[in-house]
Amino acid sequence: MSADAKRLSLILLFAPFALWISLLIILPHIGMVALSLREKVAPRVYEFGFGNYIDFINEPIYWNTLLRTGSMSLLVTVLALLIGFPVAYYIAKIAGKRSRGALFLMCLIPLWVSDLIRAFGWILLLRETGVVSSVLIWSGMTTEGIEFLYNDVTVVVGLVYTVILFMIVPLVSTLDGMGDDMIEAGYNLGGNTLTVLRRIIIPYAMPGIVAGCIVVFMLTAGSYLTPILLGGKNSSWFTEQIYDQFITRFNWESGAAFGILLLAFTSFVVWLGLRLSGQSLANTVAKT
Amino acid sequence: MAKANTNRALMFGYRSYVVAFFIFLAAPLVAAGSFAFNDSLFPALPWQGFTLDWFFNDTEPKLGMFHDRRLLRGLYYSFVIALMVSALSVAVGTTNAFLFVRRDFPFKNVFYIMMIVPLVIPGVILGISILVLASNIANSMENRFELELEFLRPGLFLVVMGQFSFITTITSLVITARLRKFDQSLEEAALNLGAGHARVLRTITLPFLRPAMIAAGIVAFLVSFENFNTTLFLVGSESPLTITMYDRMAKVGSTPVLNAVSFFLMVGSGMLALISVAVQRPPRSD
Repeated sequence: MSADAKRLSLILLFAPFALWISLLIILPHIGMVALSLREKVAPRVYEFGFGNYIDFINEPIYWNTLLRTGSMSLLVTVLALLIGFPVAYYIAKIAGKRSRGALFLMCLIPLWVSDLIRAFGWILLLRETGVVSSVLIWSGMTTEGIEFLYNDVTVVVGLVYTVILFMIVPLVSTLDGMGDDMIEAGYNLGGNTLTVLRRIIIPYAMPGIVAGCIVVFMLTAGSYLTPILLGGKNSSWFTEQIYDQFITRFNWESGAAFGILLLAFTSFVVWLGLRLSGQSLANTVAKT
Repeated sequence: MAKANTNRALMFGYRSYVVAFFIFLAAPLVAAGSFAFNDSLFPALPWQGFTLDWFFNDTEPKLGMFHDRRLLRGLYYSFVIALMVSALSVAVGTTNAFLFVRRDFPFKNVFYIMMIVPLVIPGVILGISILVLASNIANSMENRFELELEFLRPGLFLVVMGQFSFITTITSLVITARLRKFDQSLEEAALNLGAGHARVLRTITLPFLRPAMIAAGIVAFLVSFENFNTTLFLVGSESPLTITMYDRMAKVGSTPVLNAVSFFLMVGSGMLALISVAVQRPPRSD
């Protein structure tokens, strides 16, 4: 190819990428920042200012909700890692060749079912007239129906359920690449199971762990359906506040400010996680 | 001997844990699916006997899903949206793969990170940011030129754009991974034998990429079909199925017809997922 043709084809290949990223990612976010810095002083009259952010700081309900969303998302991430790691290790290292593929596939199937259906399933199981409650009455352990919905424990369990597959999949793919000889060498050199886990398996799986944690944290913090359906009216999830500002109150300026705050907060946590673990976005999330 | 026994006990404990985990995974899906066949007006125990009414019955109060006009419309819109999103995102994903695997240009790493970023932006934020931009453009066009740009108001076009904005990252990553495995000497051989660039692309490179493109398309289709968060803010009068179901749940409460839809979707997406796995698996011979 001549130099000109090469340049032209590079431009042609770059164009869709540039259009996509600039029109659908960068410009909308700039627009949102601009909108969030606009104060309504009178009907149809706006001024530049930080009023929407000051409102956020002055209203404890708002920042409490953000802190609550953040801390519960961290809890969900940690739980998903603790529950998911043994399962991923089993699939990647212990299961026989044949059952490995089947188990991995079983892990993936719920991934393709909408959040809505999964939450719906939990509602049918856990509500006062639900399956668990009916079984407890039938077995005589209780005489009245028990409401398991609308509390924080259920929200956390439901969220862990919704996101755990995004933890297991990257873990399986990193653990899959680890040779069994490395583990054997660790044992041969006198390490016990705990040492091998701490000094060999976990460091090796680190990119997968970090990738899983990032995706899980972002998905949890940005989730809308599960907290609302399982937590009910007082689930106080931050995305619900954003929806409320945008759709119910039609206050786009403050909704945009909330969106920026959620994005800044979650990005900060992800940045901190990458920093502390010494990983980069390209070798974790992109690999999965 | 004692050690072998404790090991066996540990292993048994470990296995039971994995089994318990899979039961935990399956429980809500089984609950959501099985009540579709319960002959009762409520998706709850006790079991009243088997029925297919929630799929095929054509009269109230047990209107089956295949006679429920609003659910069918939702299904139709979901299907249209998912088809458009997967076609678009596979096309752009393929050009992105060629861009990042075959070409060198300044700030390539920065751009690569930018390609990944949409995947870690919360869906709600993608939805509102695109809504804000589109409305701004539409409003200023209306005020200055009295031009009504209907497609920038919430509706099908914005839903497709919103889903496309992050699904393209997924398709790009899948197709990029496949293109990296391609042996470029095959292309050189074809070029030496006198084939033109377009012909090499059509007969050698694209067939190699096809499994990844099909798999990426199926993944895009499924992710689009089940998306809720981004869609919620961009939806107009043409609600896709997840939004219709959510409305029904909020207004009418849970009815077994939602179980029927759940069952239908689980079977459908399960089959598509199996196809995508089968397509990506290398043939038995090698």
